[in-house]
Amino acid sequence: MILCTPYRLPLTPGTARHTSDYVTTDDTNPFIRLRGRSVMALVLAPEAPLATWLTALNAQVARAPTFFDGRPVLMDLGGLPANTPDVAGFLRALEGRGIRIIGTEGAHPSWPGIEAWGRPLPASGKAGRPITVPDETHATPAPAAGGEVNSLVIEQPVRSGQCVVFEKGDVTILGSIGSGAEVIAGGSIHVYGALRGRAIAGLAGNAKARIFCRRMEAELVVIDGVYQTADDMPAALIGKAAQAWLDGDQMKMTALDSTDTGDANGQSPGRNIRQGRRR
Amino acid sequence: MAKVLVVTSGKGGVGKTTSTAALGAALAQNGANVVVVDFDVGLRNLDLVMGAERRVVYDLINVVQGDAKLVQALIRDKRIENLSLLPASQTRDKDALTPEGVERVIGELKGKFDWVICDSSAGIEKGAMLAMYHADVAVVVTNPEVSSVRDSDRIIGMLDSKTAKAERGEAIEKHLLITRFDAGRAARGEMLSVDDVVEILSIPLLGIIPESEEVLRASNVGSPVTLASPAGIAARAYFDAARRLSGETVEMVVPMERKGLMSRLFGRRVA
Repeated sequence: MILCTPYRLPLTPGTARHTSDYVTTDDTNPFIRLRGRSVMALVLAPEAPLATWLTALNAQVARAPTFFDGRPVLMDLGGLPANTPDVAGFLRALEGRGIRIIGTEGAHPSWPGIEAWGRPLPASGKAGRPITVPDETHATPAPAAGGEVNSLVIEQPVRSGQCVVFEKGDVTILGSIGSGAEVIAGGSIHVYGALRGRAIAGLAGNAKARIFCRRMEAELVVIDGVYQTADDMPAALIGKAAQAWLDGDQMKMTALDSTDTGDANGQSPGRNIRQGRRR
Repeated sequence: MAKVLVVTSGKGGVGKTTSTAALGAALAQNGANVVVVDFDVGLRNLDLVMGAERRVVYDLINVVQGDAKLVQALIRDKRIENLSLLPASQTRDKDALTPEGVERVIGELKGKFDWVICDSSAGIEKGAMLAMYHADVAVVVTNPEVSSVRDSDRIIGMLDSKTAKAERGEAIEKHLLITRFDAGRAARGEMLSVDDVVEILSIPLLGIIPESEEVLRASNVGSPVTLASPAGIAARAYFDAARRLSGETVEMVVPMERKGLMSRLFGRRVA
């Protein structure tokens, strides 16, 4: 569980699905869609001699075995001398350790086989913010065979002003999420109390994520970027046990109690739920 | 073993100072040795409510900074001898409070009294944080309305993470005190009900203090309401809360104004 200072999502209400869509069209040509997107990548900057650096990396991976899981990594090779031997082999060795390389920057064009790692990006002037790799050996026991720790259970209420971020999977909260509190999960969010604050599920592009709660009084629910504010939620569901999920681009909300459907399920024809997408 | 109690709320104007004075006096009236400490540096009020504003020589800042000894700054109440006040400074600001100084003062007070009751400032800034940091017990004062409840929720989160007890991995004892409660308005839905507030904040209820003119009257004459009108509805509710703080089990009732026929007929016109 990471407690952080709350941040504001750049929300743009409206009916547009992709707020970052650019549509080009004229009378004769079919139009194509372009989307802008930015992702957060880790930057690894190896130093010569590479063998020593690999040993240090091995020690780091041993301390935090899941740190690199699923995270895109950009290799900053600008710090290596031009005569470094077998850089391509070195990158393959990194991939063998489960590091997902999405590109390189600052690579020397003379290095053999380097083009296989994609067109090198120009070395950026900005070094980026240093990240501390968490020491997981004591915090989380080694995952049992076949199972990875991908859920977080919080036994206390999440109070106003608190922010829980868990990118790896589902979050289960036994208490309530207070007004002004925020829970952000890579997977689904289950709330066994009242949901009065903000719930943001499917953070890393998981459209299958859902939000469940015993009492729906949320200020904001977001699944994979599609959001709905309290104003737009079906009034009949407020205060009820409910779930929210995505049907394509539409956020749907229904009562969890099957006897309590009808108009309360938020899917009645003609209901135009104002919603938008944030990226 | 001395207990350090913080009276806090997040929101201003909900009755922290009134409740500090009333609970402190009630505990002292029941025989405990009590000091009430005003942490609202720069906007001190507790001395007024305690009726000691004309006797302030040294204050909390002087003691924290070592300019005065604790015994010089403590003001003993004229009505109850086992009730003392450590006033705040009105001229300084909260930056004059240092964590080390506050720790030393609280430590000294714990050696002298059974209860050290800290009246927190509103907000979540330094003064409020220092007031709660050394607390063993917290009384969260809340009015039955949404903004007060949300601010209290925020403060409870901080009590669970930003206090010395929380940092040691221990749980701080938290109690909810609902003030300015009007049963009639709650029944008409103009106010949150007690059940709503307890459900939202999910901490144990210490007491329900009814809205009462006695509270304002007591403040204006410089007396805790439990001393000024001990038989009144607000005072009775504070006495019950104080007994619950001491560990007694007291049935939770909301004291009501008992109105005779004449006052029912004429009460409104006379008032």
